[in-house]
Amino acid sequence: MNDTIVAISTALGEGAISIIRVSGEDAISIVNPLFKEKDLDKVDSHTINYGHIVYKDEIIDEVLFSIMKAPKSYTMEDVIEINTHGSIAVVNKLMEVLLLSGCRLAEPGEFTKRAFLNGRIDLTKSEGVLDLIKSETELTRKMAINELSGKVSELITNLRDKIVALISNIEVNIDYPEYEDIEVVTINRIKEEVVEMKSKLLEILKLSEDGKVLKDGIKTVILGKPNVGKSSLLNALLEEEKAIVTDVKGTTRDIVEGSIIIGGVKLNLIDTAGVRESCDVVEKIGIEKSLSLINEAELVLLVLDSSEELSDEDKFLLDKTKDKKRIVIMNKTDLDSNNTYDKDVIRISAKENIGIDNIKDKIKELFNVGAFLTKNLTFFTNARQIALLKSAIESLKEVERGVNEEREIDMIEIDLKLVWERLGDIVGVNYTEELVDNLFSRFCLGK
Amino acid sequence: MKYDVIVVGAGHAGCEAALTAARMGKKTLLITINKENIADMPCNPSIGGSAKGIVVREIDALGGEMGRNADKTLLQIKMLNSSKGPAVRSLRSQADKITYKKEMLKTLESTNNLAIKEAIVADLLINDNKITGITTEEGETINCDACILTTGTYLKADILVGNNRTPEGPHGEKRANFLSDNLEKLGFKLLRLKTGTPPRIERSSIDFSELSREDGDSEELTFSFDNVAYYNYKNQEPCYLTYTNERTHKIIMDNLDKSAMYGGFYEKLGTGPRYCPSIEDKVVRFKDKERHQLFLEPESMYYDDIYLQGFSTSMPHDVQEDMVHSLKGLEHAKILKYAYAIEYDAIDPLQLKPSLETKVIENLFTAGQINGTSGYEEAAGQGVIAGINASLKLDDKDPLILSRSDAYIGVLIDDLVTKGTIEPYRLLTSRAEFRLLLRSDNADLRLSEKAYNVGLLSEERHNKLLNKLKQMEELEEEIKTITFPQYKCNLSEYLKRPEVKIVDYIDKLSNTYDKEVLEQVEINHKYEGYIAKAKKEAEKMIKLGKKQIPDDIDYKKIDNLATEARQKLEKVRPRTIDQATRISGVNPSDIAILMVYLKRFYNE
Repeated sequence: MNDTIVAISTALGEGAISIIRVSGEDAISIVNPLFKEKDLDKVDSHTINYGHIVYKDEIIDEVLFSIMKAPKSYTMEDVIEINTHGSIAVVNKLMEVLLLSGCRLAEPGEFTKRAFLNGRIDLTKSEGVLDLIKSETELTRKMAINELSGKVSELITNLRDKIVALISNIEVNIDYPEYEDIEVVTINRIKEEVVEMKSKLLEILKLSEDGKVLKDGIKTVILGKPNVGKSSLLNALLEEEKAIVTDVKGTTRDIVEGSIIIGGVKLNLIDTAGVRESCDVVEKIGIEKSLSLINEAELVLLVLDSSEELSDEDKFLLDKTKDKKRIVIMNKTDLDSNNTYDKDVIRISAKENIGIDNIKDKIKELFNVGAFLTKNLTFFTNARQIALLKSAIESLKEVERGVNEEREIDMIEIDLKLVWERLGDIVGVNYTEELVDNLFSRFCLGK
Repeated sequence: MKYDVIVVGAGHAGCEAALTAARMGKKTLLITINKENIADMPCNPSIGGSAKGIVVREIDALGGEMGRNADKTLLQIKMLNSSKGPAVRSLRSQADKITYKKEMLKTLESTNNLAIKEAIVADLLINDNKITGITTEEGETINCDACILTTGTYLKADILVGNNRTPEGPHGEKRANFLSDNLEKLGFKLLRLKTGTPPRIERSSIDFSELSREDGDSEELTFSFDNVAYYNYKNQEPCYLTYTNERTHKIIMDNLDKSAMYGGFYEKLGTGPRYCPSIEDKVVRFKDKERHQLFLEPESMYYDDIYLQGFSTSMPHDVQEDMVHSLKGLEHAKILKYAYAIEYDAIDPLQLKPSLETKVIENLFTAGQINGTSGYEEAAGQGVIAGINASLKLDDKDPLILSRSDAYIGVLIDDLVTKGTIEPYRLLTSRAEFRLLLRSDNADLRLSEKAYNVGLLSEERHNKLLNKLKQMEELEEEIKTITFPQYKCNLSEYLKRPEVKIVDYIDKLSNTYDKEVLEQVEINHKYEGYIAKAKKEAEKMIKLGKKQIPDDIDYKKIDNLATEARQKLEKVRPRTIDQATRISGVNPSDIAILMVYLKRFYNE
């Protein structure tokens, strides 16, 4: 596990500089012979050193070495970062030299894996780093940074401290029942604290679910009767953002068929076929299918025809999507207006490319994108954490139920302890098998 | 002379260990410094208390003696936490210190295979890292195949009062001078611990008229599943309650420099228990508290001492006089015995296996205060387990190890051998994660079959257990047939409501059932949801408990383990992943790394 790894830490491309990072027991002994001017064994840790990389008497580049000796480095191993000129040719040549000298090419996330295994960062943080590496948009990058800052762990830790204070007071009441001078935890006190905790956790959950959707892409379906302009809308959205439509078929159970990024938000379109073949959605694909599409979708774009009265199909779709996050779009505003439906609609003309921006804004509003981009929100984006959060909230509800049924305090405490445990699982203070499984799958530990 | 098992020390751990070994057919010798002090209670005159009361029930369920002996000799008994849930209810009794010793001695003397001898053990005889016998301070040698050390607070004990340090055991007894040094030579790491006891007051010198009275419960209760009450609940002895006051606190603060604990007369002081602090400790640490509760408890019907619970101190005698006289009702009190602190040697319990056999010497077991615990009940519980496992070891059988979801005794031993201790360890309900499973009412259902399997439970008691199980089954069936059309449910379902009591429907039942059977079934229904949750959590632990760590694992070979984790794992050498998760300083990431290693190298 302790071989020395190397990777290009900056994006590969023509930049002013590129950084190549080497980490491992032999980092210094591998790099040292390549460095002409100084003996790296003798330079102080955390210094920057100027010189040249020379391999087989050939000068490869003029570089700066940053040297960070174990354990005060990102991985807690000896780390050398080489700042080279940002030419692809130079960087590739340098990588080749390092690999020939005994380094191994790092796997994705391997520096972080080492930082985690060597105990420098906790699980939530390492999850954050992985998310950061995988982030595709500015938004998801911001989210990952948020995870990394440890703000989430801090909030959960604070909540756990509160619960522990409550639990330990209850325990004292149990262990010293004959002592009257200790404050007795009443059912009302538990109630007050639980209500507060629940609203806090529910708030995080709501943000987290939005955040998760934004991170993974919003599963979006475009619905509407035939010839209402679904495909023109799709094209207008694409046109507007010059986004790429990709095919991501083959993911299990998933019916996502293409992704577009509009306004920095990724939309995963489901059943685009239904949109492209301009046919009667309800009749052609069947009521059941359209219902399951609605069910599956995290966002419904429901397109109505401004030039016609509401049809039965329209009414059916309006009714079935009323509890979903949806945008009702009144298309064909370039024609005469005959549709009297006016509840919270966005009027556009896909053909004339009018009002498309409003759809974009509406999506951002529905998913609170502005807040995610500008505010320092606290939330999770990881499915494991969200599941645990839900389980903690379930236990809090059980606490409430116990309180309402006037159960004995020590029974209510059982659920309170479960809340504490699940919150601990989230921040990784408990050892659980799920945690290890998660590690195995994300870090390729099995190799 | 040769015995199968020698037990060194006849306190609560020693008595149980010796009885257990003898009852399992081992020729057993119990060695005590003074026969008069067998099963002595040098501190509080009570058996039980929260968590501890459940331990006594467990000891009884395992075939031990403490519960029965406490029943025979109690002066008062009550169920603590009766207004709370069944998980935290626990019995507490006032025991008669004279009759308790007498009854225990009677039981010991009438037990087959068991001999008692007065001597002070000085050294252990070891051959090839295995115990072969003991030598006494008088120079006598006695051979054995297994030995259980239950030396209590007698190892190099010092009594501390004011600035006096006297080398003697509890109430002026002789101490064991050499054994702990010899244990150290054998490779044991010693701890120096400290505990204290309050003054005893002459009953007739106390004015009880203005003190509030604390009575026992008005129904007959027993620790033992024999369910034989040896007393009439109407004839229980009362306890009384008084408080410290401003004057008491002032006397303590003014004389703090004279306390053995605060005066700093000694270079090295043992570590005392946090949960059982001396009165000077309480006054110093909780400055804003206006008063502290003190209980006046009778020690025996055969002498006049009243135990002043909550007033343990190591002040000099004259200060103790002033302190006691400042208390309401004790203005003219006569102190019969002064309070003192006692310091003694113990071994680091991390050197023990979960069977209570030491890792250092084979066939050597330890139980009770020598393992760093405090309390009669904790000692007795370990005594039973050490007795069982010494006997099983001699029969070449696997040890009996109780898990944290089996018993409080399991929690206690797992804590000791996994986390170690730096202060005298006391059981608390909060130490048990699954206490809803570890109730006072179900100790027999949890443990008696295990005791029967190792030959400790009598046929009579086993039949009693089987009968209870049968009745429970019948009652479960019968309550399904009693319906409540108005609620559209039967009694089995109706019982889940918090306010419904099974006794209110007893006339609807055609069979008659024992009280404990009714109680058991009611609890199972009323707390069904909670019990299910506790079981689910316990199963996670049990699952990890099945992941064994090989005995020969070399932690030095595991890269990436944090240094602290590596050292702790090296020291504790946990048997399972589950145990490893409870070692302080071993983090989840260390466990993950350990798991990766096990998977890789043992293909587990």
